[in-house]
Amino acid sequence: MCVKQVPDSWAEKKLNPADNTLDRDAADAVVNELDEYAVEEALQIQERLGGPDECQVTVLTVGPDKAIESVRKGLQMGAGDGVHVVDDAIHGSDALATSAILAAAIERLAPDLVLMGSESTDARMSVVPAMVAERTGRPQLTFAGKVDIADGTVTIQRVTDYGYDVVEAPLPALVSVVEKVNEPRYPSFKGIMAAKKKPVETLTLADLGVESGVVGLSGAWSAVQEFAARPPRAAGTVVTDEGDGGAKAADFLSAQKFI
Amino acid sequence: MTEVLVLVEHTGGDVKKVTFELLTLARSLGEPAAVAIGDVSDDVVASLAAGGADTIYVASGSEYDDHVVAPKVSALQSAMAASGAAGVLVPATAEGKEIAARLAVRSGSGIITDAVGVASGFVAEQSVFGGSTLVHSSVTTGTPIIAVRPNSVAAEATAGAGRRVDLDVTVTDADRAAKVTERVAQEKAGRPELTEAAIVVSGGRGVGSPDGFGVVEALADALGAAVGASRAATDAGWYPHQFQVGQTGKTVSPQLYIANGISGAIQHRAGMQTSKTIMAVNKDPEAPIFDLVDFGVVGDLHTVLPQLTEEVTRRKG
Ligand SMILES: Cc1cc2nc3c(=O)[nH]c(=O)nc-3n(C[C@H](O)[C@H](O)[C@H](O)COP(=O)(O)OP(=O)(O)OC[C@H]3O[C@@H](n4cnc5c(N)ncnc54)[C@H](O)[C@@H]3O)c2cc1C
Ligand SMILES: Nc1ncnc2c1ncn2[C@@H]1O[C@H](COP(=O)(O)O)[C@@H](O)[C@H]1O
Repeated sequence: MCVKQVPDSWAEKKLNPADNTLDRDAADAVVNELDEYAVEEALQIQERLGGPDECQVTVLTVGPDKAIESVRKGLQMGAGDGVHVVDDAIHGSDALATSAILAAAIERLAPDLVLMGSESTDARMSVVPAMVAERTGRPQLTFAGKVDIADGTVTIQRVTDYGYDVVEAPLPALVSVVEKVNEPRYPSFKGIMAAKKKPVETLTLADLGVESGVVGLSGAWSAVQEFAARPPRAAGTVVTDEGDGGAKAADFLSAQKFI
Repeated sequence: MTEVLVLVEHTGGDVKKVTFELLTLARSLGEPAAVAIGDVSDDVVASLAAGGADTIYVASGSEYDDHVVAPKVSALQSAMAASGAAGVLVPATAEGKEIAARLAVRSGSGIITDAVGVASGFVAEQSVFGGSTLVHSSVTTGTPIIAVRPNSVAAEATAGAGRRVDLDVTVTDADRAAKVTERVAQEKAGRPELTEAAIVVSGGRGVGSPDGFGVVEALADALGAAVGASRAATDAGWYPHQFQVGQTGKTVSPQLYIANGISGAIQHRAGMQTSKTIMAVNKDPEAPIFDLVDFGVVGDLHTVLPQLTEEVTRRKG
């Protein structure tokens, strides 16, 4: 179960001019919304399989000190324990480096199932799950709108442009979920209190055997050269419908050669 | 001159428009070479040649579509090896990005996703933070792998040399780990695909009901457009989820985007802000969507859209 802490998508985001990385201090941080769906799915699978004695849910995050908050959120929802990979060298890591760290942590934890969100609301790349699957050699069952587990086989509905594909693979496997998969629960008061006592293991890159040179800004395989605010769009024409709004819209479309 | 590989998107013998856009882009960067994987018919090869490919690498076979992503990565990797490519362009669709992601890991190359342009030297342009910031990036390790959004460049019909090269691909057992057992099509037939469409007409909470989408669909059909929806509309179950536009839905970048009964929340804007021309119909003059528009109508969509549809049909016919 991987969660990522991201800046609140409502907040304004900016790049840090010093090193062209996302200025994470400039926005309030929240748990990546899609990862709450992954936590929820993990908890529902746990319930179906007979509860915490049969199936453990561990929340894993890679990120700075305050990323621990996203682990806590998962624990409040009902996960049993957490793992937080934190290391100064991680700052500025790109998707490839992040996926390498996650893969190393997953190899160490060796779960039967890895559940992830299908996209983080800040990076919006939707590439980390595929990269982790590639690195760990686990079957890739991504963009799941529905997840079923039976007899050591995981079956998903993979959402596609035309509908969905039914995909199956033996465990151990990796699944990423889309938001229609479930409705995440809110932590209960009891859950919030219980989370305070749940264990969170802190790991460094050295613990995972990941060399610090391959992550962070210096290890990135792509680099931002420059960025600039886009010039604002020129103000458009807005008319009020007085029985002729559709016709005026058609005039605009004709003038723009759309019809 | 060095080759620039383009991953071909095709279904049922039809090559998708984005492929021709990427071949056009590849020609500005080097020698365009298409990589066609899966059920590759002679028609596909012919249209790639006509669409600008100097070389067409072909990996044909059913196993590419019977398993998720990984076998296609092996095919693309063998095309990279065969061509000594200077760079690889893939469409920035969900699957295109996953193929690019795994290829980057396998080939030890950097990756850039969601580019809206690529300049010489493989400098990619991205539009981030809901379109408020433009970023130029480049890959510093390995062969640049860049996922480019559909509709980023206009396809030019310059025919290429069209030399066919059949690839010798080793698909491993690991590639076959996730098996596709069934394909279920839910898409309403007859409309262009959302991310590829030149025109997108979308509806939000203001549409009011599933039936309310009728006026949105009628306008879309008059314009030959795709239909999109806001999350409020898909969450309410008024329109299928796969048509959602926005941060957690599809990103579209059409020539024309018409938002109807959509307020213009930042999460919706994130999926449509790079549209070339934006129009909106909304009964609230203060709706934030009007900050984005080239043309807006303050009014009830249930009266404005039928009139617009009628005018469009009349002027086209
Ligand atoms: C993490 C996260 C991710 C999200 N992802 C997405 C996403 O991918 N896509 C997305 O769209 N949203 C997304 N949202 C939701 C987003 O914040 C908005 O809630 C949503 O876009 C609102 O949809 P809407 O504009 O249709 O509805 P509303 O905001 O309710 O707006 C309806 C508009 O319709 C107008 N209207 C009503 N009746 C009529 C009429 N008869 N004629 C004309 N106009 C009328 C109203 O004036 C109003 O402006 C996300 C939110 C979060 C928190
Ligand atoms: N730093 C991180 N820690 C834990 N999980 C992550 C991290 N980055 C990405 N992920 C996972 O990868 C998914 C997709 O992220 P992305 O490819 O960045 O859009 C997220 O929904 C998370 O499940």
